[in-house]
Amino acid sequence: MSGAPENQIPAIHLAGIDKRFGAVHANRAIDLRVAPGSIHGLLGENGAGKSTLMKILFGMIHADAGTVEIDGAPVSFRSSAEALAAGIGMVQQHFSLIGAFSVVENLIMGRAQGSALSRLTRKLDLPAAAARAAELSERFGFGIDPWAKVSTLSVGARQKVEILKALWGGARTLVLDEPTAALSPPEADELYAVLEKLRAEGRTIVLISHKMPEVMRLCDRVTVLRDGAVVGNAEISARDTTDPKVRAELEARMVDMMIGRESPALPDRAPQEGPLILDVRGLSDGHRLGPLDLQLHGGEIVAVVGVEGNGQSELVDLLMGLSKPTDGLIAIDNRNVTDWSTQKRLAAGIAHISEDRHASGVANDMSLADNASIGYLDGEPFSPGPWYLAWRDRVRFTEVLIERHKVRTPSALLPMSSLSGGNQQKLVVGRELARSPRLMVAAQPTRGLDIGSASAVHHALLGLRERGAAVLLLSLDLAEVFALADRLVVLRKGQIAGAMTAAEFDIDQIGRWMSGAQDTTPDTTPATAPRKQEVA
Amino acid sequence: MIFKRPPLPHEGDLRLDPEVRAGIDARRAQPFSVEAMVAQMRDGTRSVAGRVLVFVITLAAAVICTLPFLFLSGAELGVTLSAFLNGSLGSQFAFAETLVQMIPLLIAGMAVAISFHGGLFNMGVEGQLIFGGLVAGIIGAEVEAPPLILSVLVLLGGVAGGALAALVPALLKAYRGVHEVVTTIMMNFVATYFAIYAVAPAGPFVAATQPSATEKIPRDARLPTIWDGTRLHAGVIIALVAVLGLWWLLYRTPLGFRIRLMGKNAGAARASGVSVKRTIITTLLISGGFGGLAGAVQVLGVYGRFFDAFSAGYGWDAIAVALLAALSPFALIISAFFFAMLDSGAVQMQAVAGVSREMVGVVSGLVVAFVAIQPWLLHGLDRMRARRRTRREAGAPVTLTDTGDAT
Amino acid sequence: MSDFFTIALFASALHLAVPIILPMLGGLLCERSGVINIGLEGMMLGGAFGAVAFSYVTGNPWLGLLGAVGTGLLSGVILATMSVLLRGDQVIGATAINLVGAGLTAALVPIIWGIDGTTPSVPKVPTPELPFVGQIPLVGPLLAELSAIDLVAFALVGAVWWVLMRTDMGLRLRACGESAAAADAAGIDVTRVRFIAVTLSGVLAALGGAYLSIVTLDLFQASMTQGRGFLALAAMVFGKWRVGPAFLVCLGFGLADAIALRAQIFTHDLPHDLLFALPYVLALVALATFVGRATGPADVGKPFRRA
Repeated sequence: MSGAPENQIPAIHLAGIDKRFGAVHANRAIDLRVAPGSIHGLLGENGAGKSTLMKILFGMIHADAGTVEIDGAPVSFRSSAEALAAGIGMVQQHFSLIGAFSVVENLIMGRAQGSALSRLTRKLDLPAAAARAAELSERFGFGIDPWAKVSTLSVGARQKVEILKALWGGARTLVLDEPTAALSPPEADELYAVLEKLRAEGRTIVLISHKMPEVMRLCDRVTVLRDGAVVGNAEISARDTTDPKVRAELEARMVDMMIGRESPALPDRAPQEGPLILDVRGLSDGHRLGPLDLQLHGGEIVAVVGVEGNGQSELVDLLMGLSKPTDGLIAIDNRNVTDWSTQKRLAAGIAHISEDRHASGVANDMSLADNASIGYLDGEPFSPGPWYLAWRDRVRFTEVLIERHKVRTPSALLPMSSLSGGNQQKLVVGRELARSPRLMVAAQPTRGLDIGSASAVHHALLGLRERGAAVLLLSLDLAEVFALADRLVVLRKGQIAGAMTAAEFDIDQIGRWMSGAQDTTPDTTPATAPRKQEVA
Repeated sequence: MIFKRPPLPHEGDLRLDPEVRAGIDARRAQPFSVEAMVAQMRDGTRSVAGRVLVFVITLAAAVICTLPFLFLSGAELGVTLSAFLNGSLGSQFAFAETLVQMIPLLIAGMAVAISFHGGLFNMGVEGQLIFGGLVAGIIGAEVEAPPLILSVLVLLGGVAGGALAALVPALLKAYRGVHEVVTTIMMNFVATYFAIYAVAPAGPFVAATQPSATEKIPRDARLPTIWDGTRLHAGVIIALVAVLGLWWLLYRTPLGFRIRLMGKNAGAARASGVSVKRTIITTLLISGGFGGLAGAVQVLGVYGRFFDAFSAGYGWDAIAVALLAALSPFALIISAFFFAMLDSGAVQMQAVAGVSREMVGVVSGLVVAFVAIQPWLLHGLDRMRARRRTRREAGAPVTLTDTGDAT
Repeated sequence: MSDFFTIALFASALHLAVPIILPMLGGLLCERSGVINIGLEGMMLGGAFGAVAFSYVTGNPWLGLLGAVGTGLLSGVILATMSVLLRGDQVIGATAINLVGAGLTAALVPIIWGIDGTTPSVPKVPTPELPFVGQIPLVGPLLAELSAIDLVAFALVGAVWWVLMRTDMGLRLRACGESAAAADAAGIDVTRVRFIAVTLSGVLAALGGAYLSIVTLDLFQASMTQGRGFLALAAMVFGKWRVGPAFLVCLGFGLADAIALRAQIFTHDLPHDLLFALPYVLALVALATFVGRATGPADVGKPFRRA
């Protein structure tokens, strides 16, 4: 692989970075050179080691071996504040903004100089700061009102404030961690324009991403990580992005580098035609979802895809009875469950793998046995009445789940916090499967999981399908959707923008639906071949 | 009471996966998983030994911190200690008196414990105790009924009174999101002043012969003395039965599970169909009910009437009692007994060693302080243990654990 | 009724409000920095006791005030150590402060004075009348009832508001309460800011206690604060963690207190003991009726640990 241009001092130079967490070798002797004034893509799947590498750069964790140089000078930061002082700003995936503050307050917070007394008594000059913010905003085309309260801004605008904050602190080099993960395509486009302007001004950008189109559009060079090691570098020239054939080839090469291995083989499966299980008609929460029609039959996995925040969580909440619809109805097995409580719906055979395990899936301080019993409180099988909830049977039940789903733990009585994330999720999935549900609502069931655990979850969902249940899969990971789903619907602004069956899966069409772009006749060759090799 | 495990029903709306059910049935044939229990024992802080250690360390730290103030008051350690032991355990009478002191602490401790289990900080147990005691005293004085029925009415009235005092905070928490700490404490003052008013010279329930108190409850309706020659009354049985009841409620009923789940993760409770609002209200009402019961038992067992200063701050010491017991119902008995020893020993300590009775409050405050920093203490302890282990196993390969989703 | 609502009543309301206002300011600073402080009551008792003890020992009431500041620092540092440095549970830690504060002050009275309950009189802080204010039209007569100490207390309200809402330090403090992680990312030392805020709240609460013990009165009595620390907390919640509204609520509590006191001398057919519950009932009614949900700073109550 070719290295960075040797005649320039790299803006960032990481050499031989190595880091282990117990058994996991998160970074293996990584070398990374980022040329000044360029946009450098850092590609890799979840768990490839990108975040660890960046945390090492910012001194949030310490490498076991290796050196960091900024503009040719060796450094060792102890906090992101120190990194910022050296001219490197980080734009996190999770925003570090304060919603209750105005944009300008977010920008100046913690930055004032001067004696403690003056900072205690002198009035902050917000108008001056706002003027400077407006000027910066103008220069890079942010279009942000410095006086706006951050909580009132859209996700895209917040992302820009985050960048503004880094620039405010004098960052010459910016690291952006999947900046468009939560953005709608138009918002992402605006962000791309900002990044291009920054590059034109000579600033350096490291873009962590696994979205091919944005990498192709923006990056001058990319480095691909897999399993903690650099598996390749690539230059992207203007020709690469204009010539569709070259572009497709290059993208395919990078995807291969990212994925590398064969994805864990999923069993072949024939389409099934089961009875109607979930029937949703005209469903609306009066705000962010609907009206929406959706039918699921037994033996099929239907994926709901879309940019985050387009009504997915609202749909799950309505299906699970966690919020009330303003309109429409939900039926399970021809029973109208619209007014049923969550409890009753669980009993009727709806299972739910929640999106955020820690917020609503498990209780870390309770035992595995207690966690396995969540949602099994009323009646069958553990409670004959309000005066009794079986204990031994719950422990036995947990042991069965542990055995069946290969949860790694010595005992069902240990606290949930003693398990790794993957094993926690396996227990949660086992718990929900044991309801022998008619409908499984699986929201981001593999987010943040290592490959082994994710594969176990996939097999579990397919097993459910084989047994004639319906699975509603909400996922941001299109590869996962392509591998599992029989059908997908694209959710945009709370409504179904389009639907297709497995045979028709087409990533470009999905992208257009997600972004709301005009559905013109495809006069361009698809940039990527539909990656549905996993689909039978 | 005998609790027989009911058979697992096989029919019902909720369909348990047949294979899972078969697995459970198969396991029932085997002896109950011993390895599970063993593993639990090994898990540092959750094992019985670990809990005893934490209990002892917390208590010892609190007592040690109190010593400087003992010396300040000019007391000699030996004299104080013997006065304390004499006063609390030294004679039949002293021991019985300690048990008498234990009763309200234990019941009020349960009130605190159940609310903390639900993640709710009921700081109003003192007020609930007073209000429960007042209602009990009023019923006992005003209602005409056969003795046994009157006793039951008085106790139930106490429970209802305590629950009533907890109702306002419960509703405010469930429907307005107002933090229960502020509201329960406000209710303490409301209950206190209301009780003072009720038995004030011009108050509606004051006794004809005794200011600041209600009329006496008929003697045969009071809780009988169960140890001749002492003041120990049947309230101790009520308290111990209540401990069993609380344990059963928390660990063997769906409601208890809901309460504990809400305390650990309200989001998970909600997602699994638990009505968090209803559970908040239920938890605080039960908690208040226990507080009221403590007051009623005190009225019915010790004084035979309500009077305005009848609580010696039991509701506050109950916080220390519950926290020292790590909210475990059975451990509550031990920690309540310890604080009762302090209470009954305090009289002797004051008389013989010149130690102020208020020191009891200091000890309970310090216990609470050390419970507050327990996570830090335990963390330090764990690290020490781990360091010792690695030193012992130096050279041996490190066992690797699955770090799962670490990226 | 015109005899009832006199200048004296409102002056008395202001006097009674001061020992609620000071701990309220402390609690507000503390919670805006992200630490729940239900320990104000204990801190007040510590301050009330410290003031009397120092005034008694030195014979100088001003040194008594200094003593209150000292005990406030002590209780603040202890709470800060428990809940900020050692990341203990904030509610439990503050409850410990309340219990120890009440127990220890009561236990120390007999150790120092040899009697239980109430201390003998100690030198109290002089409350010089303010010159000339009597001539100010409209509010003049009311102001004439106030002492310099009262005015300092009211000035503190303005000062706290200024620092909190207008200065860099205030912005830092509020940032820690809204999102400790974001504040940390901006290079703010969250632990230090919170430590200082909790300590300051101890000092302000202790001064509130001292006002009761050696400004209003000249003695210490066990549990003499009568829940004012908790009222301060309620005022803060009802004022939605903002200085101005919380200050007004404190004045309301002061007025309720004054009415209860005055009713006691004025009429004999009102149940006085019920009137004493008035501020607390008022607080509950306020919390029950106010608009919106009572949510404080976003990160309040969450111990901060760097990831």
